[in-house]
Amino acid sequence: MTNVLENVGKRSLNELDYVGSLNIQFWSTLRAMKSALPFVGNRYRWQATVRQMLQIGYDALPMVSLMAICMGFILAMQGASELRRFGALQYVVGLVAVGFTRELGPLLTAIAVSGRSGSAFAAEIGTMKVTEELDSLRVMALEPIEFVLAPKYLAALISVPCLTIISNSFGIVAGGLFMFFSTRLAPLLYLRYVLESIALRDVITGLIKSVAFATIIAHVGCLEGFLVRGGPDSVGRSTTRAVVKSTFLVIVADAVFTAIFYFTVRS
Amino acid sequence: MPIISIRDLVVEYDGRRILDGLNLDVEPGETMVLLGGSGSGKSTLLRQIIALERPKSGSVIVKGVDITRCSAAELKKVRHSIGVAFQSAALFNSLSVKDNVALPLREHTRLAPSIIDLMVWMKLAVVGLADFGKLLPSELSGGMKKRGAVARALALDPEILVLDEPSAGLDPIVAAELDELILLLKQAFQMTVVVVTHEMPSAFRIADRIAMLHQGKFVSVGTKDDIGTSQDPHVRHFLDRIPERMANATAVAAHFEQYLHNQETHQ
Repeated sequence: MTNVLENVGKRSLNELDYVGSLNIQFWSTLRAMKSALPFVGNRYRWQATVRQMLQIGYDALPMVSLMAICMGFILAMQGASELRRFGALQYVVGLVAVGFTRELGPLLTAIAVSGRSGSAFAAEIGTMKVTEELDSLRVMALEPIEFVLAPKYLAALISVPCLTIISNSFGIVAGGLFMFFSTRLAPLLYLRYVLESIALRDVITGLIKSVAFATIIAHVGCLEGFLVRGGPDSVGRSTTRAVVKSTFLVIVADAVFTAIFYFTVRS
Repeated sequence: MPIISIRDLVVEYDGRRILDGLNLDVEPGETMVLLGGSGSGKSTLLRQIIALERPKSGSVIVKGVDITRCSAAELKKVRHSIGVAFQSAALFNSLSVKDNVALPLREHTRLAPSIIDLMVWMKLAVVGLADFGKLLPSELSGGMKKRGAVARALALDPEILVLDEPSAGLDPIVAAELDELILLLKQAFQMTVVVVTHEMPSAFRIADRIAMLHQGKFVSVGTKDDIGTSQDPHVRHFLDRIPERMANATAVAAHFEQYLHNQETHQ
């Protein structure tokens, strides 16, 4: 019994330590963000931000688009199979439009970015740690948080909401294709129903979620990289942990945000 | 007045004492070689000198500033006067050799890009890499990477150059070339050079003074002649390559027999 309590206590302390590290890293990054901004920041750092934006956003575009199209079809078909029984097939439009802008667009994008970029952040920073590159930054009087993390975080803050908007669009287009082929609903009419279904707050709450998800993915990925100890095998483990933890935290954050918006932003 | 002064330095990892009350002065313009076997604590001492770790007690005073207790701003200032080349070279793999050398200049100076290019070319020319600036570190040989790391360490014209195992893993000819480069740098730029190594030919070629470490303590500090004629048993074992532990065939055989006996008993 003592052992069980001891283990629970140890695990809890470790998790608290992890959350504390994330918190410290987050505030340090916010202080360092200025250097990664255009015009006011360091011009070489801004170039690094743009490179990261291309990697996080542009390179993920085909994958996110395809995932959104598939999910749009799935949602429309599942919704249609139930709603058809009640003769309410037209509600599929609202289901897809609202479902994507509020929920599926941000979540799907976050899972794709977590798998692609969260793991890449952990691997890159972990390798830099193993090969003493982070130490060499410190001895050159350059802070790794400012030099490595800030451009990645800023890039994620810009790219993930952009990807989310694209994901929303592709998901809704997929719903439109389904409606056209199943009910011969004209595309322009579908678009009108979509615009009637969604409100600006749906888009905004979705984008707020995507900013929070970008924060989680960038910080968990980078922290896992910074926590690498030992050799290359440790980099592999940190990569796996980055994906698992960031996906888990994204879903937890999604639940929290959905609850907050449900109770505060009522239609 | 010494440029580096180490006083009563104690370093412990998980309660295990790695450096035990070290005292050492390095005079301006001298080449101090920290010599010692594997696990003697020489790399740990180097990490203290460049302020990558904090000691349990004692002080490391560089240019009059105690870097174990100073503010972040003071440490940054001190770090501008120290150039470090790590054992693994630690060049940034995503940047060309030229950009690696340019990095500290771009981050810490407001020089025009054309002036930075000129300075980078000069530093690369000093280490014999003027024609290899456009290559990535992965395209260089081991010796070239180390010379690239030295060029980057020289970028801000530091007063102190710290080299961690510069000739480790290199063939004797390339190692000798690096020794000559260190001598050239000292002559040309009047630098203080601190070198960590376990390569005796290299140490005796470049050193003004040698500090011999054994189990976290200095067993001898003196000129090349002092060390060469020292009668300290640890120094003699190191210089004369006398093993401290002998492989005993009878003991190994007995160990295997015991192991097999245990295996049979368990079955």
